[in-house]
Amino acid sequence: MLRRTRVTSPPHDGGPGMSEDNRRQFLIQSMTGVSAAWLAASWPEIAAAAETSWGRSDGNWTQFAFFTPAQGAEVEAMAAQIFPTTDTPGAHEAQAIVFIDSALVTFAKDRQAVVVAGLEDLGRRAAAQGGRGFAGLNQQQQIALLTAIQTTPFFRAIRDLTIMGMFAAPQHGGNFGKVGWKLIGFDDSLNFHTPFGAYDV
Amino acid sequence: MKTYSPSEEVDFVVIGSGAAGGVMARQLSQAGFSVVVLEQGGWGAFGHEQDYSKDELANRYPDPVDRLMSDPATQRNTFRRNASEKATAGGHNYGCVVGGGTVTYGASSWRHLPWEFNEASTFGTMAGTGIADWPISYEEIEPYYTMAEWELGISGERVDTPFMAPMSKPYPLPPQPIKSSGALFKLASAKLGLTVVPNVAAIITEPYKGRGACINCGMCSGYGCQTKARSSSAVALLPEAVATGRCEIRAHSYVREISVDRTGKVTGAIYFDKANNNREVFQKAKVVVLSANGTESPRLLLLSKSARFPDGLANSSGVVGKYLMSGNGGGASGLFDKPLNEYKGCVTGAAILDYVPNDVKGRGFYGGGRMTARGFTSPIAYGLNGVHGAPNWGVAYKNALVAQANRKMAIANFITQMPLETNRVDLDPEVKDAWGLAAMRITSTSHPNDIKAIEFFRDKSVEILKAAGAREIWADNINDSRGGAHSRGTCRMGNDPRTSVVNRFHRAHDVPNLFVVDGSSFVTGGRNHPTMTISALAFRAAEHLAAAAKTGNVKI
Repeated sequence: MLRRTRVTSPPHDGGPGMSEDNRRQFLIQSMTGVSAAWLAASWPEIAAAAETSWGRSDGNWTQFAFFTPAQGAEVEAMAAQIFPTTDTPGAHEAQAIVFIDSALVTFAKDRQAVVVAGLEDLGRRAAAQGGRGFAGLNQQQQIALLTAIQTTPFFRAIRDLTIMGMFAAPQHGGNFGKVGWKLIGFDDSLNFHTPFGAYDV
Repeated sequence: MKTYSPSEEVDFVVIGSGAAGGVMARQLSQAGFSVVVLEQGGWGAFGHEQDYSKDELANRYPDPVDRLMSDPATQRNTFRRNASEKATAGGHNYGCVVGGGTVTYGASSWRHLPWEFNEASTFGTMAGTGIADWPISYEEIEPYYTMAEWELGISGERVDTPFMAPMSKPYPLPPQPIKSSGALFKLASAKLGLTVVPNVAAIITEPYKGRGACINCGMCSGYGCQTKARSSSAVALLPEAVATGRCEIRAHSYVREISVDRTGKVTGAIYFDKANNNREVFQKAKVVVLSANGTESPRLLLLSKSARFPDGLANSSGVVGKYLMSGNGGGASGLFDKPLNEYKGCVTGAAILDYVPNDVKGRGFYGGGRMTARGFTSPIAYGLNGVHGAPNWGVAYKNALVAQANRKMAIANFITQMPLETNRVDLDPEVKDAWGLAAMRITSTSHPNDIKAIEFFRDKSVEILKAAGAREIWADNINDSRGGAHSRGTCRMGNDPRTSVVNRFHRAHDVPNLFVVDGSSFVTGGRNHPTMTISALAFRAAEHLAAAAKTGNVKI
């Protein structure tokens, strides 16, 4: 089992004080670009997961285990380009950043130095384009910058952790509301009965 | 569980608790003997259910106490293609937990065919290879296949075809369901005139011997079974050994040497006891049974040097470690229009058997293979590497990932690898493992014949996917084997002490009370699904050994 050093918390206050309607409104707003149909279909699971994950009052988005708030914002922006939100959820909705942060103090500890150095380099490259950090660049600039560094160990580390944050079991921080699994049609039910697929009917 | 003092001379020490060690422990303790099993791995799910559900990340990055497989970072090993190269860090690993590789394996449980025991006399040999007949025939081992199938719980269908071994009794359990990949196999096979059968698996499909049936959870090969439906040594054999009150299993016990006395008899085994800060313990025994797998068994013999056996225990022939066969694979994948949902049910699906037999003239190579249908790539692995023909991040990546999800079928082939004297396990002269012992070094290059075989199966796979209606097909690269869990052949069995390590009863030619029982006994590799034959060999070896031990003389 992976040992978690702490309980990570969501970006915004979605704590117990919120009414169900407010919470729903808030969740919908936070999922910019997500199709209404998808959201409607997935709503019960998202709400249920939010209840456990967001119902904590012991912290906020700035309480990372590894990143500084500024680093967290940069990596969150990278993750959002690596696994973008389209008409379906992406790294942002999966809260991949929570997973990545946690990974860097657990099984991916050995990537810490690469990530810190990579973020410094990313910041310099962004500044050279007049941006206030990578997150401050526009979409086109962000994609161009990531394309320029896509073969670096730093990019590969964030790329791999973002994807793991989409598809690892939700208890590890990402794949919030199982959005990653739903995207690829992976049903995590414990048991299955035939027919399994379209050809063994 | 009965426990023994290390200074107490037990009847048998069994090193390893997997497909062979589990059988030996159960059969010998049930026959009335005292047995200590030394297993280097942890307890895992010995005799109980354990929640492995859908947690791919924990499986990928297990805590040391939860490991099910050996770790190349500690069980260090090196690899080279030939003797003139310097070996570099290798990734060879194997099941390393109470129950060994059977805890996580795909569970395919095919018998060898009768002629796979005498390929040399049936088909002739090939220059430069070590193809030879086994010293035992299919007729001799058939009852033990049956015994293993019924004792363990094997599901399958007895099909009347020359591509399956004749059976004196059907499988005890009906086969697993045909998945969508299997249905597509059937569709293609109807056009191409091929023979499709359900996988034969050590997975129970109905309640059996107090265990529940497979629930088709899908997290199968590579994971422990959370319902005890996989008939692993840990749930099907070892609990029954312990229940005799005569068998002790010692986990976290890493054997570094089999000891011998001045007369050349083995006296027991020295191991590192992890629970006690890796203190060395000597367990005394009348007889040692080595079942540590096709790579660790020869390594332990080579590590067990003494004045009497300067080149390693039981190695007067110089054959220990040689003729390593890890088997080859490779195939092709295709995308289909509709979802297959291969993540439901056991990973290994139906099989096409037509290319199992030898057809040297027809195909231009010696050997054959079994083709298996599958398709599931677990979610993290799929996200990281599973998408075909697309960038690896960004919108185009995501779109391809979603579009291809659950639509892939893969054909994985299990192909013969020739026994070559130059392919071997030995001790690395420089690298040490985490315990300070000489690391395992693997030297392996397949014979050109075997590369032809891989190419043949790759092309056949493409043809079958085409016939099944795949809309896009891609073939695997030709990858020559680098070791792995199917390794065998390294303490080959034979009648001649000059050219083999163990005799037909698995006793080391050089040692009166040492038995080597596992994949290392294989003479030829078969079609790269070794476990059922390992189990059958062990049931047979145990019967002869128990009978001999009852007379007080195990020198059989």
